[in-house]
Amino acid sequence: MKMRFLLLFSRQGKLRLQKWFTPLVERERKKVVRDMTLMVLGRPPRSCNFLHWKDLKVVYKRYASLYFCCGLDDKDNELLALEVLHRYVELLDKYFGNVCELDIIFNFEKAYFILDEFLMGGEVQETSKVTVAKSIEASDMLQETMEEYMSKPAF
Amino acid sequence: MSDVVEKTLTALPSLLSLDSQPGAGKLSVTSKLGSLIRGITELTSKHEEEKLIKKELAAIKEHVSSPNTTLRQMKEIMVRAIYCEMLGFEASFCYIHAIKLAQQGSMFEKRVGYLAVSLFLREGHDLLLLLVNTVLKDLQSTNLIEVCMALTVVSQIFPKDMIPAVLPLVEDKLTHSKEIIRRKAVLALYKFYLMAPNQVQHIHDKFRRALCDKDPGVMTASLHIYLQMIKESPENYKELAGSFVVILKQVVSGKLPADFSYHSVPAPWLQMQLLRILALLGKEDQRTSEIMYEVLDESLRRAEINHNITYAILYECVKTVYTIHPKSELLEKAAKCIGKFVLSPKINLKYLGLKALTYVVQQDPNLALQHQMTIIECLDHPDPIIKRETLELLYRITNAQNVTVIVEKMLDFLRHSRDEYTVIGLVGKVAELAEKYAPDNSWFVQTMNAVFSLGGDAMQPDITNNFLRLLAEGFDNAEEDRQLRLLAVDSYLSLLGGEAASLPQPFLQIISWVLGEYSYLKVGQDPTDVLARLGALLERHDITTETRCWVLAAMGKLCTTDGALRRAREVAHQYSACLDTALRQQAMELELLGQDAPLRHRVLPHDASCEDLEVDSSLSFLDGFVSEALALGAAPYKPPHQRQEELSQHKALNFEPYGPSLPASLSACSLTDRQSPTAMSLSSGISGNSTEQMQKASSNTLKLDGVKKVWGKEGYLPQKEATEEAPPPVASSAPTPSCQQGGAEHTQLAVSSAGEEEQEKRQLAATLFVGLGSQNSLCLMGKPDAAPKRIWRRQRPDQEALDGGSRPPVSSVDDTLDGLFDDAVPDSALLYSLDGPSVPQSCLDGGGEAAGGSLDAGMEPALALSPGDAPGSLLPPALLALPRSDMEALCSDGTLSVCACKVYQRDALLLALFLSNACDLPLEELSCDVTSEEAKVTDGYTTAASISLLAGRGVAVVLHHLVMELPSSQAVVAVRVSYRPGAGAPTQQAVSLSLSLADFIRPLPVSTEEYGRLWLSFSNDVKQNLRLLADSEDPLAATLAALKDKLRLHIVDIIGAEGIVACQLVPGQPCLLHCHAHGGTLTAWLRSPLPTLPDCLLYHCQKAIEES
Repeated sequence: MKMRFLLLFSRQGKLRLQKWFTPLVERERKKVVRDMTLMVLGRPPRSCNFLHWKDLKVVYKRYASLYFCCGLDDKDNELLALEVLHRYVELLDKYFGNVCELDIIFNFEKAYFILDEFLMGGEVQETSKVTVAKSIEASDMLQETMEEYMSKPAF
Repeated sequence: MSDVVEKTLTALPSLLSLDSQPGAGKLSVTSKLGSLIRGITELTSKHEEEKLIKKELAAIKEHVSSPNTTLRQMKEIMVRAIYCEMLGFEASFCYIHAIKLAQQGSMFEKRVGYLAVSLFLREGHDLLLLLVNTVLKDLQSTNLIEVCMALTVVSQIFPKDMIPAVLPLVEDKLTHSKEIIRRKAVLALYKFYLMAPNQVQHIHDKFRRALCDKDPGVMTASLHIYLQMIKESPENYKELAGSFVVILKQVVSGKLPADFSYHSVPAPWLQMQLLRILALLGKEDQRTSEIMYEVLDESLRRAEINHNITYAILYECVKTVYTIHPKSELLEKAAKCIGKFVLSPKINLKYLGLKALTYVVQQDPNLALQHQMTIIECLDHPDPIIKRETLELLYRITNAQNVTVIVEKMLDFLRHSRDEYTVIGLVGKVAELAEKYAPDNSWFVQTMNAVFSLGGDAMQPDITNNFLRLLAEGFDNAEEDRQLRLLAVDSYLSLLGGEAASLPQPFLQIISWVLGEYSYLKVGQDPTDVLARLGALLERHDITTETRCWVLAAMGKLCTTDGALRRAREVAHQYSACLDTALRQQAMELELLGQDAPLRHRVLPHDASCEDLEVDSSLSFLDGFVSEALALGAAPYKPPHQRQEELSQHKALNFEPYGPSLPASLSACSLTDRQSPTAMSLSSGISGNSTEQMQKASSNTLKLDGVKKVWGKEGYLPQKEATEEAPPPVASSAPTPSCQQGGAEHTQLAVSSAGEEEQEKRQLAATLFVGLGSQNSLCLMGKPDAAPKRIWRRQRPDQEALDGGSRPPVSSVDDTLDGLFDDAVPDSALLYSLDGPSVPQSCLDGGGEAAGGSLDAGMEPALALSPGDAPGSLLPPALLALPRSDMEALCSDGTLSVCACKVYQRDALLLALFLSNACDLPLEELSCDVTSEEAKVTDGYTTAASISLLAGRGVAVVLHHLVMELPSSQAVVAVRVSYRPGAGAPTQQAVSLSLSLADFIRPLPVSTEEYGRLWLSFSNDVKQNLRLLADSEDPLAATLAALKDKLRLHIVDIIGAEGIVACQLVPGQPCLLHCHAHGGTLTAWLRSPLPTLPDCLLYHCQKAIEES
């Protein structure tokens, strides 16, 4: 399953995270972001989680105040994509501990790191939750501890 | 994960506990990012936000350029810059600093640096080159985290040309002790494979090792590569089907560690991947399919938990079952699954059910019948996505009985749909159904009216084209045709009467054409009235110039009465000073045709839009004018290429496009990327003749790298393509004299490759344009030479290769060979049949056209043949002189055995198949069928030869010419031989044979100067370091000789440490190789007009050197 892009945006349409797995020029990216927020936010509740956009399939899901939305090829399995989004949320949850939108707003770089461990080039890289969490923590903890250890003021 | 980390972790447990409460609270109060985010959330207007971010960016800019900023601060700044970019504000000044941070920072900063790089830079960004060194360093690091980071960034974004630099390091990581590294390395290689498949081809066996890795994660990762490779050539991986089945069986029965389960389903992603691979392998292959029936059955059975992920697997499973060779039991179960999906109250499952139904309904229409009520319900579903999917399904099951209902539903949906993409797609489908199944004429006209009004301006042009063709060509029944046209005229007249409707442009064009052509059919209709209604269209401001042209053209056909004529003149007068040339021309024609009734009748005859017009494409009516001009002293006409040639010979003004060349300061011989090798060898001042070249090269010092080529030798390039694509107005007329010289095959080539659809389009265009006279200026201008031009373009690669038609010196050996071939084949009294213009009458043409010919099939009674036999005795004498491969036994079933031998002809690869009858009884209806996707077999992609009878113990030889039009590193040829033993039932043998690119490579004999000129004209290049053969006195010469041996290249020259080599891919695509030896390596640089040829050839060079 090759994902084309992954977007996280709020109910107000504010972009929280964007990851592009296929090259697009800036103008097209902006168009995708605009169209996605418009389309997804305009959907009534309890409707189908799949949409068409040009020749792509769009799969989205709302978690609290955040929308997770990804684009895939028409031939791909939409249900599976939905589970990929869910797994990502689970990973965020495990890392942040009951994740909320604010966690992602203020620590978006962490959210990117987790995503990079989970997906690589649009494909699911690590299907084991434990391993992802472990490898994130390993590099992350080192970072945080060393910072504390050196106990320098941030600026 | 890493030992270092583990130690740190155990040493500092108390500090760690501080971090166990991550989240928003962790953000320090003083954090600048925090205050930025808070600042933004407090703002209310977009304008204020913009102001704040601009301010922030200015601050960041100041900070990054200050030398006092520490790396720690830089890291924080990068995060803020990423945030600003996410909000849509460009921070490009940060990009270079992101790379610097990844390069210089210690681990934490490095990670942010890499992240910023992967988010900021797009594929192909120049700055990416600066990343290569950092990645190289990190890949060699002993710190696992650094290696991980490097692998991650490599698989996200990496410059394609630099893959060879990191490839060996990434390959090394495949044997790393940590599974996470191995896994990331596999994924990085997957990414490389997607970017440049040929560069990772040599590590296929390592992929296989990854597939057998003891860690399931690594194995799963390797499946990505396998899925991709199997998608490209399933037949090469059939033997792996068994292994994939075993893996799937283990996964399904829960043999994997619990870690890999997701909501208690074992490794769903892995299962999915395997199911997809199996579908590809089992497609149209009964034997392979049989292996997987059991495990598929198991998968269908096991997936019972009520969770999305099980449904996802089920869906995939159903698709696989319906893709592979069918087994009724499995199909039944799969159908039941689909039923469950469709009937599910969950909307997502319903959607998937519809999608699955659409997928299988062609095989199993009954399934749709079973669920017809559900489908009807879905049609009125409130969610448009479900509706659309249902329509897609209905589209597949439409027939003459249900067409009215289904089309009505589709039009209904279209009326409420606003998404342009959906509309365009659906409108096409409605039009297709209407054409195929229309119950009567009036329904058809009404439906098409709806299609045209709903389709809007963006509608696909072939919908309108098809419609007009249908009207114009009609059916067998003349009365029916008349009725249809009349109906159309009626409905269009009434549409034009209702003023309010603002119809889309394509519809207006159709209306104009139909009224112009057929309004006479309506008895009692005054043309003046029609003309007035059309004239009213012109008054409107919202119609385009193109539509105006159509309207004017229609008026030209209508001015049969005085009133109409008067009105037409007014219009013509009004537009005769128009600025748009096409429109002005139309107006002029209207004026002329109005005045001259006989001319009008000749040019625009009634109801004859489909008849072909005779066009004098040699422009003989201008002969008088030309001879007069010549008599008055005008210079005779020269075709453009001849003029070009003369100009360059005269060293007059240079009209050639500036080639990529040396900067003026480069005489010191420092190598830049696109420097020409000729110029390089010239700067060492060896051949006297070429100084001129150097002057030319160094005078053109414009750097054109990366500049889009808009102007070329032949003028404005895109425009030229446009002319080429514009359908030639007289496609069906006889070939023009200019293309007759050896052009017959060309026409054939062009036509056969263009495909039927294209042909239809052309035909339509022909009928259209004949009817309309001249629609616009482009078409008029294109008329006389459109056909030859197309053909001429086909020749271009050859012509270019030989430099504007000047013949290359042909070595005497080749001449003799040609002579041999020419004379010997027709003379040989054997049974070789020769069909088509097969003899390569002029190999000088680079072989392009001769490839069309074929030595088709023949047979020769001979003695029994064993694979070891010299094929010589059986080949036609003409071929004996040519180099050939050893005989290879392909298959045998006791009765008939098949052996193959490759003969390297100059302009094609000749595949000789020896079919030998091992029995004493004769074989009947022997036929041999050769197909290949990559290579072109004689004048089609397949050719079949049949021999009615093969005597007992006899041998038949079947010859096939193969050429490779699009380079690919190997070509798989499928050979199917069928025969009937004297009394028995027909039998078939199939075998595939793989040919390497090297089989299609021939020497290209050019001189050093020609080489230089060619080099500059080719744009696709690849550069890589190869190993030099060290064990001789002159390593360069030895290496080149080895290459020449293995790949049949032509060594043009060796000058000091540099060598230039030329070859061509049959049929006549040149590729040039420039080598530079230093130390133990050979820097090879390849260029060709074909984008993929250098890549593929390089791979074979690499292989050839490794084998030597």
